[in-house]
Amino acid sequence: MKTIHALAAGALLATVAGQAQAAEIEVLHWWTSGGEAKAASMLKQKLEAKGHTWKDFAVAGGGGDSAMTVLKSRAISGNPPAVAQIKGPLIQEWGEMGFLGNIDKIAEEENWNSFLTPQLAAYNKVDGHYAAVPVNIHRINWLWANPEVLEKAGVDGLPATWDEFFADAKKIREAGFIPLAHGGQPWQDATVFEVVMMGIGGGDFYRKAFVELDPEALTSETMVKSLKTFKKLRGTMDENIAGRDWNIATSMVINGKAAMQIMGDWAKGEFTAAGLTAGEDYLCEAAPMTEHMFSYNVDSFAMFKIDDEGKQQAQMDLASLILSKDFQSTFNKAKGSIPVRLDVPLDDFDACAKASRKAFDVASEGNGLVPSLAHGMAVSASVQGAVFDVITNFFNDPEMTAETAAKRLASAVRAAS
Amino acid sequence: MSQTDSPLPRSRAKAGRHSLSGSLERVLPRLVVAPSLAVALFFVYGYMLWTFILSLTDSGMLPQYDFIGFAQYTRLFANERWNVAATNLVVFGGLFIILCLFLGLVLAILLDQRIRQEGALRTIYLYPMALSLIVTGVVWRWILNPGLGIQSLVRSWGFEDFTFDWLVNPDMAIYALVIAAVWQASGFVMALFLAGLRSIDDSLFKAAALDGASLPKVYWRIVIPCLRPVVFSAVMILAHIAIKSFDLVMALTGGGPGYATDLPATFMYTYTFTRGEIGLGSASAIMMLCGVLAILVPYLYSELRGNKHG
Repeated sequence: MKTIHALAAGALLATVAGQAQAAEIEVLHWWTSGGEAKAASMLKQKLEAKGHTWKDFAVAGGGGDSAMTVLKSRAISGNPPAVAQIKGPLIQEWGEMGFLGNIDKIAEEENWNSFLTPQLAAYNKVDGHYAAVPVNIHRINWLWANPEVLEKAGVDGLPATWDEFFADAKKIREAGFIPLAHGGQPWQDATVFEVVMMGIGGGDFYRKAFVELDPEALTSETMVKSLKTFKKLRGTMDENIAGRDWNIATSMVINGKAAMQIMGDWAKGEFTAAGLTAGEDYLCEAAPMTEHMFSYNVDSFAMFKIDDEGKQQAQMDLASLILSKDFQSTFNKAKGSIPVRLDVPLDDFDACAKASRKAFDVASEGNGLVPSLAHGMAVSASVQGAVFDVITNFFNDPEMTAETAAKRLASAVRAAS
Repeated sequence: MSQTDSPLPRSRAKAGRHSLSGSLERVLPRLVVAPSLAVALFFVYGYMLWTFILSLTDSGMLPQYDFIGFAQYTRLFANERWNVAATNLVVFGGLFIILCLFLGLVLAILLDQRIRQEGALRTIYLYPMALSLIVTGVVWRWILNPGLGIQSLVRSWGFEDFTFDWLVNPDMAIYALVIAAVWQASGFVMALFLAGLRSIDDSLFKAAALDGASLPKVYWRIVIPCLRPVVFSAVMILAHIAIKSFDLVMALTGGGPGYATDLPATFMYTYTFTRGEIGLGSASAIMMLCGVLAILVPYLYSELRGNKHG
């Protein structure tokens, strides 16, 4: 009897002691495919090496739509996960509702302000306190190309302006290839449009139109010109774009059916998976007229408010791991983005990543560093959706004029905000 | 004999009215059904009420209760995409129901002619109903795709000018939706009508033949009017499939070129969950409910009132 009591007491003590050090945190994310899943499991292993348990809460769906819906229902029911992958202005929205915690402690300990760009760090702060930790920097305004197709069509180098682009497209068409591979989904249409617009209008105009939502900018001549150029791009695509996924469009470039694609640098993952080398088997250049622009998409992990001290420690440990030089290097190599931590050397990254970092430095010094509207970095989800509706409708309606579309853009944005 | 029989039923009847076991017998069925009734009342009607309340608030990403009257409804009707969605529902729903009824009736009448292999044919026509709407959507997306499906097939046969690009044409994409939906549901309507036809008394046909009526006239004047209750159930089921068509739209067109094939269900989902505008999404859900009620309540009333007398 005594031994049983002793054993029971010992077991109880052991569990209590164990709980004080290690904690289980639930991490919500949507990195479920290929390289992304590998990167997420990398982070899990590092966290578990510190003694904590990572309870995976992966919700498939590339852009995170389903993940955000699940997060909302968990939050309303009073049981949000400890960590969730939230990005851009959405972090502020969650913070304003009082859901997010405060990780200033670890931010000060590791001096995050010394290696994070202030513009990007601002997204992760709520009321001046860090509530989330950024992971990577994706660049949206890339032009990917198949050099073999370009050679066969007699095109020398990638176009630097839209006039050159349309001239090259004509040659590529005559050689029997598709000039621009594209998928007709609203977010892809919006991605291509904002790349066109930032090239024609520049950084200041982009910020005025797509961040400040100034109605004058939205109905200006520059906007109409951008819309017209965007519509003209339809003639450089094939006729089966409706509903096509972005990676199918990338495979058209890989297979030599199409010459170019305008897409963010997650497309690099497809090229790498096909065993191609940057600079030789595929080319990456800034999209026409956007050499000095860097349109960014930054993923972050937001830390929810939790009373349990063990879980708070686990959150801090996770944040510290995410910004560790080692993880930043390995993760971003797998994902195709560049480290958000600016003091990580890119020696063993590929040529496109190095070009991305150089472009980031140039754009930060100028005024070319802009948030991507199409990827949820510039405005709220409802305004983004309203812009998507107008752009995709304009793109698919052969009769809508650019002037009408610009007016619609202004009124839709006003109605949604 | 009858003398000994009568006390037994009488005492049993007396027991049914006054004893505990009798009242339990009456109350027990209601007691057993009560939990599921309570659940249905709460989760269906209670949440309908909550949705209506939310449509009167300024809810964004999460429900908030600052009441703003009917402002969300004003915003809804000024929304271009909602107008497209509502028009699409009328076009899609109307065409879907009419075509399914027509095809189902024709197939049922043809199958009713005591042909060989009726069982096999019936099963074949009914198979599409067994597919999930997502599968139907994906398959028809491939078939109607200009580069992969019917258009490229006919062109490869030599007819270079043949075009069938409804799927990618903003004006015609909704009709592509109708094709896929009718393909799926008409077999089911056929089965309903076949059951209805089989329940019609044979003597009716013989009497009509005696009076010298031709077969088409028999069908037109006698049989089809007898099938009114079947039409009623078929319309009920088809209408609710049409309103619910979320997965078919997402799989077949993803909302269509632009938002040309948006339906109220996809509109509601997009605005409520993806765009974090719960107030506007709830308003659209209530409008969907109103639309359904506006059609079904008069129909229900006329049919069921008729049944009381008939």
